[in-house]
Amino acid sequence: MTGETTHATRGNHVVPPERAEQGFRTIGEITTDNPVVVCRGVNVHYGDKHAIRDVSLDIAHNEVIAMIGPSGCGKSTFLRCINRLNDTIPTARVSGSIALDGRDIYDKQQDVVQLRARVGMVFQKPNPFPKTVYENVAYGPRIHGLAADRTELDEIVQTSLLRAGLWEEVKDRLESPGTALSGGQQQRLCIARTIAVSPEVILMDEPCSALDPIATARIEDLIDELRRNYAICIVTHSMQQAARVSQRTAYFHLGDLIEVGSTDQIFTNPRHKLTEDYITGRFG
Amino acid sequence: MSEQSASGALKPGQKNRQRVEAGLRRRYRAEARFRAYGIAAVALGLSFVAMLFVSIVSTGWTIFRQAYVLLEISYDADTFDPEGTGDPEVIGSGDFSAPIKASMRELFPDVEARAERRMLYGLVSDGAQFELRKRLMAGPEAVGSRETLWVLADDRVDQLLKGKIGRDQPADLRGLSDEEVAWIDRLEQAGQLELRFNRSFFTQGDSREPEQAGIWGALVGSALTLLVTLVLSFPIGVAAAVYLEEFAAKNRLTDFIEVNINNLAAVPSIVFGLLGLAVFIQLFGLPRSAPLVGGLVLTLMTLPTIIIASRAALKGVPPSIREAALGMGASQVQMVMHHVLPLAMPGMLTGAIIGMARALGESAPLLMIGMVAFIVDVPGALTDPSTALPVQVYLWADSPERAFLERTSGAILVLLAFLLVMNLAAVILRQKFERRW
Repeated sequence: MTGETTHATRGNHVVPPERAEQGFRTIGEITTDNPVVVCRGVNVHYGDKHAIRDVSLDIAHNEVIAMIGPSGCGKSTFLRCINRLNDTIPTARVSGSIALDGRDIYDKQQDVVQLRARVGMVFQKPNPFPKTVYENVAYGPRIHGLAADRTELDEIVQTSLLRAGLWEEVKDRLESPGTALSGGQQQRLCIARTIAVSPEVILMDEPCSALDPIATARIEDLIDELRRNYAICIVTHSMQQAARVSQRTAYFHLGDLIEVGSTDQIFTNPRHKLTEDYITGRFG
Repeated sequence: MSEQSASGALKPGQKNRQRVEAGLRRRYRAEARFRAYGIAAVALGLSFVAMLFVSIVSTGWTIFRQAYVLLEISYDADTFDPEGTGDPEVIGSGDFSAPIKASMRELFPDVEARAERRMLYGLVSDGAQFELRKRLMAGPEAVGSRETLWVLADDRVDQLLKGKIGRDQPADLRGLSDEEVAWIDRLEQAGQLELRFNRSFFTQGDSREPEQAGIWGALVGSALTLLVTLVLSFPIGVAAAVYLEEFAAKNRLTDFIEVNINNLAAVPSIVFGLLGLAVFIQLFGLPRSAPLVGGLVLTLMTLPTIIIASRAALKGVPPSIREAALGMGASQVQMVMHHVLPLAMPGMLTGAIIGMARALGESAPLLMIGMVAFIVDVPGALTDPSTALPVQVYLWADSPERAFLERTSGAILVLLAFLLVMNLAAVILRQKFERRW
């Protein structure tokens, strides 16, 4: 709970009183015992558009937290705040505080390159670099100088591919282009690439939406295994997937974090009307 | 669909089908018409290209051969080195037209009148004596010996042999008197006059005499100019494009710069020539007619093209690759250098080659900086006076001698070949860089 002291004051007014009156208030426990990332009162504006409003949420070690909600609800935007990828959008403005291991990542002292080495990201569409399989995985360690020599680099590449469950399939064609793999393999390559720099948090933005059910199942198994070492934050449109892979679920609606809770509770006993409508398929 | 629902929905469905059918023929007609327009446009374009090539090639292809006369040359010691010193200066100052004249007199002993003899000597090019001088200077020990040698014939002889001057034309139109034609026929029958490979066209600089005029000087001038252009415009253009596209803040200033670059691309090229004259020559004092200045001017002209094409290429790199790189913790520069630039390279090369092709064909700005001068020597350095291929075409097209018509077409052929080689190099380079994602 290192970060809590500095953010405690903000934590008190998670929802402004006028919005609380309208019923916008995060229901459920936003804090956890063992947080890696602590978000308090995060707001994102794209120009005039208020994309996320006062979102506060903890992301814990060794846990998969799923973000669900209808399209345009701000879950991807929230995810992209955690590795400051929103910085690349000129009109985006982020306020509030997000702390990684107790240090505000939007602090001027925080180096964004270092942050992204600690918070990895897997994207919706598999996007391996147009380089060889080996180079794809070796890229991160190389730019961050994680390997002292070639043998060490080889080792990192192999371990990463092993943990991404891809080693057996590609060990004979490490020198073939990463873009020549199948969609599911490409996505696992992207995961291997991400874990090659040993991040603390892995953000996944609908990692299976471009994949077939079999490839999806493999990725989901992988996510479950990766949980042992990383905190994983996954955005998904599939409620079944959220139910299968996550321990906690956060429901977003039009920029508001409506409800957070254990996945079991959210899917069996949602407390907010909007959550219930969404998971029972009344809209979304 | 079950039978019931099909029969139930029959009426409105049939109505729609009839409507679609009624419109169908009109749609197909419109399509056929559109295709016909397209084919007509392509055919029109192709026919003009074909006309261009036919006209240039048909007048220009004879340039590869040139009339040469076989002469028995004796390097008399009396003429070239009376005191036997072996000093190149003495040898070089000898009268090299004498052995040629002597040889012609030997061939035509019946020609005795002075005026006729002068006409006879005129069948051999003035360039022949320079050729002899060069040979003798290279090997001074040949003084006193004899050799048979193919020497350049006059351009009129050449044109007659190639059939470009009609034998049945009146003598004053032909530029050759009846006697001259008769001599030419005698020489040809004796096997001492024939069309041989035109070496001098591909190795010499410009000349007042068409038979001696070569394209090599202009070719080297163009190559040097383009070298300067490429070396300057590609790195500067790419750097500017990368900065504007990837690093510069998007604000009024960058918008203003972008508008100005786009406008610069549309500025008439002669204006760049004026700018080059005022800045590079007047202000910086660089030499006139130099490929260096030509290259600088063409760089100014080419830069906007390269910048615009490079920016388009950078914009075309999928954002997913950028996000992947940034998400891995690559810095902005690493993202650009490792991922964006390699992917944009083929497009940038295309832009560069389009710019270079335009620069190669440009003559107007070069006129302003003096590259239109009559220059005989082949340039050996960036500051040597020089001309360029399109300017050479323009100069020859302007010359009255009939043989220059052939040279003009020949020069255009060389220009096109140069362009082809350049484009080929670009295609090969592009394939090397091309990657799929």
